[in-house]
Amino acid sequence: MDFIYVLGDKLASTLFDVVPIAGIIFGFQFFVIRKPVANLKKVLTGMLYVLVGISFFLLGLEQALFPVGRMMASQLTDPVFLETVRITTGVLHWQDYYWVYVFAFTIGASTTIAEPSLIAVAIKANEVSGGAIGVWGLRVAVAIGVAVGISLGAYRIVTGVPIHYFIIAGYVIVVIQTFFSPKAIVPLAYDSGGVTTSTVTVPLVAALGLGLAETVPGRSALIDGFGLIAFASLFPMMSVMAYAQISVWLSKRNHRRER
Amino acid sequence: MDSVRDLMPIMLVIGFFQIFVLQQPLDNVAALLSGAFFVILGLTFFIYGLEMGLFPIGESMAHAFARKGSVFWLLAFSFALGFGTTVAEPALIAVADEAAKVAARAGHIDNHAEAIDNYATGLRFTVALSVGVAIVIGVLRILKNWSIHYMIMTGYILVIVMTGVAPDEIIGIAYDSGGVTTSTITVPLVTALGIGLASSISGRNPMLDGFGLIAFASLLPIIFVLGYGMII
Repeated sequence: MDFIYVLGDKLASTLFDVVPIAGIIFGFQFFVIRKPVANLKKVLTGMLYVLVGISFFLLGLEQALFPVGRMMASQLTDPVFLETVRITTGVLHWQDYYWVYVFAFTIGASTTIAEPSLIAVAIKANEVSGGAIGVWGLRVAVAIGVAVGISLGAYRIVTGVPIHYFIIAGYVIVVIQTFFSPKAIVPLAYDSGGVTTSTVTVPLVAALGLGLAETVPGRSALIDGFGLIAFASLFPMMSVMAYAQISVWLSKRNHRRER
Repeated sequence: MDSVRDLMPIMLVIGFFQIFVLQQPLDNVAALLSGAFFVILGLTFFIYGLEMGLFPIGESMAHAFARKGSVFWLLAFSFALGFGTTVAEPALIAVADEAAKVAARAGHIDNHAEAIDNYATGLRFTVALSVGVAIVIGVLRILKNWSIHYMIMTGYILVIVMTGVAPDEIIGIAYDSGGVTTSTITVPLVTALGIGLASSISGRNPMLDGFGLIAFASLLPIIFVLGYGMII
């Protein structure tokens, strides 16, 4: 059966990713730490689950979401489609791409919610903070950050503004926020920039960037197609710090009221 | 079934755009639904295995290294983990190949297969090296209790300065390379390592000191790739 073959293929390629990691872990465990792994059987079973989980996950994504997402990205950036929904006259203006921004925002947010590495970090953050940081609160905050980032990134490709202006401005905002945020959230916020963009988001976002860069006049797919991922890793830092700032502010306000 | 809820937003977005904006029928509804089912199944397995395998092994190794007290081996492990998980990362291989084509088209390297291949491989190893170094720096930070703010800010300043000097074609790729390095297996492991270390060294707070390793792993590749673009 075709499906079994594809699943086997996914399993093999995931295994290929996992083998070096497992080699490093068990190599150090046996040669440096020189102690048996506690609950070895459980750990191995857990790793097997992770392997099977990622394989099924990728299989499903490739069968269902990626083709549809790619097709939609190319349809939404298609000049023929844009002609039917445009709101200005004459040459296409950046406003005419409004559906692209809406798509970028919603697909950025929704794929981030399903991102496995973010789920992992959110579970840990919840555990370590003793429940102060909600699993869903963090995930939604990061999702909003990715959504804003990708829409802005799409706008950048359409208008052709150089990427480093945005990135530098973003860095400045992150630095300013760092000084005003609760200290405990800062490392987690910095981390959330990196975890957002892996299995689900990157392929869909790359398709959108490439589709835009290919169809917008004057853009080169090779140069302008890049950069969306950078946006998606920058903005979550801001949104997570903002999430912490808002929750501190809200609890202070409630506190004052109680008095 | 938490995973159903996790996947719901994507389905809603795709459904909305297909029906109301693009107004085109979905072909292959059956494939779409079975694909969604596999995604849900996969996520469920992944999260289950995470709590059972990846988190415990990451943390128990961090504890073991802390007890052993050998900084050298801890750093060697950190480097190996960062380098080893990145060098074979499929997303990175894809980006490096694209980047090499850009460089060839821009005339930075010869436009033939061998030069492009060399450039892509060089880029890949640069990124992997940077992630290895990043985890080492991050672990050192936890050990020495350095302030993450100033380290990240120094990194930002470096990125901004290097952006001014590096060739234009490499900039977008360099910025992106920060995001593609951290895979689904690396993130839980590295997070567990950081938290395990922070909770087994006295005077460290896991919330304040345990996180931050991924941040270095996403920042350092930008600096290294910009540097790579300037040297080549």
